[in-house]
Amino acid sequence: MKELRLMKGNEAISEAAIRDGCDGYFGYPITPQSEILEYLMAERPYEKTGMIVLQAESEVASINMVYGGAACGKKVFTSSSSPGISLMQEGLSYMAGAELPAVIVNVVRGGPGLGTIQPSQADYFQSVKGGGHGDYKLITLAPASVQEMYDFVGLGFEIAFRYRNPVLILSDGAIGQMMEKVYLTEQKTRLTNEEIREKYPWATLGKVPGKHRNIITSLELESAKQEKVNIRIQAKYREVEKNEVRYEEILTEDAEYIFVAYGTSSRICQKSIELGRAKGMKIGLFRPITLYPFPSERINELAGKCKGMLSVEMSAGQMVEDVKLAVEGKTKVAHFGRLGGIIPSPVEVINAIEEKLMGGK
Amino acid sequence: MTEEIIIAGFGGQGVLSMGKILAYSGVMEDKEVSWMPSYGPEMRGGTANVTVIISDERISSPILSTYDTAIILNQQSMDKFEPMIKSGGLLLYDGNGITRHPVRKDINIFRVDAADESARIGLSKVFNMIVLGGFLKLKPIIGPEFIHKGLEKSLPKRHHGMIPENERAIEKGKEIVYALQEIA
Repeated sequence: MKELRLMKGNEAISEAAIRDGCDGYFGYPITPQSEILEYLMAERPYEKTGMIVLQAESEVASINMVYGGAACGKKVFTSSSSPGISLMQEGLSYMAGAELPAVIVNVVRGGPGLGTIQPSQADYFQSVKGGGHGDYKLITLAPASVQEMYDFVGLGFEIAFRYRNPVLILSDGAIGQMMEKVYLTEQKTRLTNEEIREKYPWATLGKVPGKHRNIITSLELESAKQEKVNIRIQAKYREVEKNEVRYEEILTEDAEYIFVAYGTSSRICQKSIELGRAKGMKIGLFRPITLYPFPSERINELAGKCKGMLSVEMSAGQMVEDVKLAVEGKTKVAHFGRLGGIIPSPVEVINAIEEKLMGGK
Repeated sequence: MTEEIIIAGFGGQGVLSMGKILAYSGVMEDKEVSWMPSYGPEMRGGTANVTVIISDERISSPILSTYDTAIILNQQSMDKFEPMIKSGGLLLYDGNGITRHPVRKDINIFRVDAADESARIGLSKVFNMIVLGGFLKLKPIIGPEFIHKGLEKSLPKRHHGMIPENERAIEKGKEIVYALQEIA
């Protein structure tokens, strides 16, 4: 039988990283995700698997340490919450440009600025539209349970190394702080340097005699060459869009109205569906699991079969723009959200869909 | 079976750990559980609350608008959560420090004077377990053997010596809980 534990979302991230054979964590504490660093420090994986855990002097240092580790083909990750993730944007753009794999966890809190420590989903634009500069994408996974916090670490590394691109786990304070059951996986062994050289021939682990030296950089001053780099990266993103779209549907089959929601909001919508269905409302949920690549195609299909979609987000309306682009005017799209760290209640969400899409109560 | 519970009081009363023991006991009995704390500015003396859901089915939202049971341990929480109990639901509270007693007519209201009892036996640390006992008497949703396993899982090993004391406190809570209003 699989090992079962009751864990906080943040703790699940750390345990998953250790068990996935991660090589290193570099991070700086910030609420509501400090348990990630605390748990790693308490578990002392450096004594068991050799995984490094380091509290850096800042978020800027953390992301650049991740850059260095990833350049060596190591499985490395960092985590922070919104203001700290803002500080990392330059590093993320550089990593995308240098085509480096890594996992970054954002346990989102309310902004803008230092904002609040309560949960929010207002970092959607920053995550999927590129918070840093240049034509790049962060592959973005949105967990909605503690089990998914656990599972998406391994999945994130897998995707990051497959495409040599950073993967973001976009969570929020609620999922980070709540406890649920988690089924744990077996401990994987870390790759040796020889195995890394074999698997990732691009890794800069020291020059091997008789072989060309590897160079990892995001700098290319000749525009003709830089355009080629861009074209190659864009071709990679088209592959990502073809292969990595993930989503979940709940009761969309006969739904006249569909909530589109990810993470914590999607959990609240599930309760709203229970309440609404009990009153005879035909409502369902479409939950994007990957925010980039966005499941536009499936949303477009569903739009042709329903009377309206409500994007429920703990933001002033960010994902709703992508929903509208996907829907292509086929059905009515509205947004409902609470701001600044307020979590909407299931009843509020029901009231919103009645008011905004069903023409009032 | 789905039981949606809010436990609310002051920080330092053991609100979160009571919830954790309840949730872990649910895990031991192979139930679905969720434990969602209020976090942040709460600290000793501030308000703290936790939503615990125990169910035989997949849990939808860990955040709720209404509750089957509210376990209330201070006045602020009484004011906030009494209106959020489902009609026919349960309000269990400790009268210590409560100046405005509950007024709802459509819910079951019980009292467990755990603060007085824990002071009387000189063990303020088991206050929250007396309250938990009161709840389990009224809603025996988890068997005693699983509560034992839940205590083992949620207390660090160095505190396992205190499990019998905690279990006695739970039994005490079951003895001293009493009804103020029972609806048909």
